[in-house]
Amino acid sequence: MALDPNFIGRHYPARETYEVGREKIAEFAAAIGDTNPIYLDPAAAAAAGHPDVIAPPTFLTIVNLRAINVIVGDPELGLDYGRMVHGDQSFDHRRPVHAGDRIAVSVTIEDIMARAGNDFITMRAEVHDEASELVCVCRAQLVVRGDEA
Amino acid sequence: MSTVTKGEEFGPLEVTVTRANLVRYAGASLDFNPIHWNERFAHEVGLPDVIAHGMLTMAFAGSLVTDWAGDPGKVLEYGVRFTRPVPVPDDADGATVTFTGKVSEVSEGSPAIAKVLITAKCQGQTVLGKAVARVAVD
Repeated sequence: MALDPNFIGRHYPARETYEVGREKIAEFAAAIGDTNPIYLDPAAAAAAGHPDVIAPPTFLTIVNLRAINVIVGDPELGLDYGRMVHGDQSFDHRRPVHAGDRIAVSVTIEDIMARAGNDFITMRAEVHDEASELVCVCRAQLVVRGDEA
Repeated sequence: MSTVTKGEEFGPLEVTVTRANLVRYAGASLDFNPIHWNERFAHEVGLPDVIAHGMLTMAFAGSLVTDWAGDPGKVLEYGVRFTRPVPVPDDADGATVTFTGKVSEVSEGSPAIAKVLITAKCQGQTVLGKAVARVAVD
């Protein structure tokens, strides 16, 4: 079943606030095998000019995925999770995310297209901080494999 | 890093990915899609084996760039395409992915921005496409 292009432009407002913690950053850094002290040591982060330890460039996948899953699970859109794969991902950082940040994520369906029997859906997630300043724009394309693909 | 010039290369970074790494990344990233830990499920959806999270491969490639940059906060933009899955066998060796980076241009301005192209290969095959980071270099 092809995805309905009428969903292009649909906006999913932020539902919750996520507080970035030092321990979660350390856990994520360990999981990706990265021991950069700017992720782990507040003094090293301060020496580099950051207010606290900062998060790796892909850390926001945690909140991005949660926001995307709201769309993936939208019964009106009817996306087939079992046939879905991640096509691409990007992060456009306006500033580094650091421990203590309280962030919220809203998502817009930017594009839906069908090509060679597959559906492609592009989502743009905006991450804002407590002061409503834009922290990062996360873009993800999901591919839903068609029956013949 | 203001001495960065076009054509500069860095790496390689060679990473071994085992099932244990996938479990750990699933927990850290909260991505519990069973294709990354359940072989039976992976087979049911037509995959040859459990596959690594694309986002984990992206994160490893990111570490190559942040190590080069020194301060990870200098990585302003980072994007990849997931062109081929990385199957991770249920053994001690896992899968090996090799990453390299190359500066393809350095823009004028304050800060100057280096555009970095990243390659990621597993068993000789490219697993990330259009892997590009923009890094502040002064």
